[in-house]
Amino acid sequence: MVTGPDAPMSLLLELTHRCPLQCPYCSNPLKLERAGEELATRDWIAVLDQAAALGVLQVHFSGGEPMARADLVDLVGHAARLGLYGNLITSAVLLNERSLAALADAGLDHVQISFQDSDAAGADRIGNHAGAHSKKLAAARLVRESGLALTLNFVVHRHNIARVPEMIALGETFGAGRVEIANVQYYGWGLLNRAALLPTRAELDSCTEAVFAARARLRANMVIDYVVPDYYAREPKGCMSGWGRRFINISPTGRALPCHAAETLPGFDWPSVRGATLSDIWYRSEAFARYRGVAWMPEPCRTCDRREIDWGGCRCQAFALTGDAGRTDPACHLSPDHAIMAAAAREADAPAPDFVYRRIGADAAMVRA
Amino acid sequence: MSEAVDERRVPSFRRGSKFRFDAVRDAWVVLAPERLFMPDEHAVEILKLVDGVRTLGDITDDLCTRYDAPRDLVLTDVAAMLDDLAEKGVIAW
Repeated sequence: MVTGPDAPMSLLLELTHRCPLQCPYCSNPLKLERAGEELATRDWIAVLDQAAALGVLQVHFSGGEPMARADLVDLVGHAARLGLYGNLITSAVLLNERSLAALADAGLDHVQISFQDSDAAGADRIGNHAGAHSKKLAAARLVRESGLALTLNFVVHRHNIARVPEMIALGETFGAGRVEIANVQYYGWGLLNRAALLPTRAELDSCTEAVFAARARLRANMVIDYVVPDYYAREPKGCMSGWGRRFINISPTGRALPCHAAETLPGFDWPSVRGATLSDIWYRSEAFARYRGVAWMPEPCRTCDRREIDWGGCRCQAFALTGDAGRTDPACHLSPDHAIMAAAAREADAPAPDFVYRRIGADAAMVRA
Repeated sequence: MSEAVDERRVPSFRRGSKFRFDAVRDAWVVLAPERLFMPDEHAVEILKLVDGVRTLGDITDDLCTRYDAPRDLVLTDVAAMLDDLAEKGVIAW
């Protein structure tokens, strides 16, 4: 019997690429989509309806900064009425008592606030936004007082990795149920800024030790999720739990992608929710089927015991580092391209160059210069 | 049994955790921040009794009336399952 893929579990809505911050590792694509091209409220409502019918269970309201959309509360409310678990992924610099109360009343389940550092000067330098850190602290306090579930997300790199214990302590201060210590993932803006961001192996080892010590100390009081950079991994991450297996990302203009970085891959005709239903996109589009499952895999993945654990790793990384999205992720020690990772890691020993901040047109300016 | 389980403890779902039936999959699911669990049928029967009022002892008694198993064994299993979900941020004691 031939069976199709399982229903998707999770939907991430990049409601907008507008954002007050300019973090040089932003997960948005280098070519940011403009405000005038964004989907209308009714389009997002239709996406939510179709997602719930399709079996999606969790919706992540993200961006850019999702609070830059005037209709966020309406969308959160609609998702809640459909029984979808609503997660807000926000920089929190636009969050205040009134907007938080409206989101909570609409049925939001969880707030994840991104922090750039535990140190204000370091944080504001990364976001290129003076005063952002103090706004985030105030916002985290408001979320705590509201009783909503709170995650503090810290993206770590060579400029802040030594302060991971202080980051976890900040999570304790705010009574966060969850803290995420996520090393930068090197795609798009992150890859462009890799030499300015990648920590050394020794710095990463200290960070790992700090995370494990905190986990042992905090146990059930706080969940600490930890993401390492692929450059020091032995096995690749099971990116998105497999291509087209659980997850759909929708860009501000309605393009449906198997992950937020997939637009970096050439040779795809990405389906759009403007022209197709989510069901057609999930079950019938070529783009979602291309690297789904194990049939597409080359060696050494094809016969590997871990092929249904790591799913060949990350297609975007394979393309970015080898030029072929269909190769084994070079993060794997069994990849014939694995030496690329060690060579790149040597950048971490050199002085850090300046950041290329995330701005519309910044990538093009970089190429011209 | 190694150590005594405190039966008076009251489990509840943490704010931000949801336990609901999914009609598409015809299955119960636990939803939490960046987490999704598909509990097996024993876990489902336990979680249906978690309401922030019933004690661990109450939940055990309820299950014992339905299953033909020694009470101390049921108690240990229920406590272990709920402790595991507490470590995952789903259950608060």
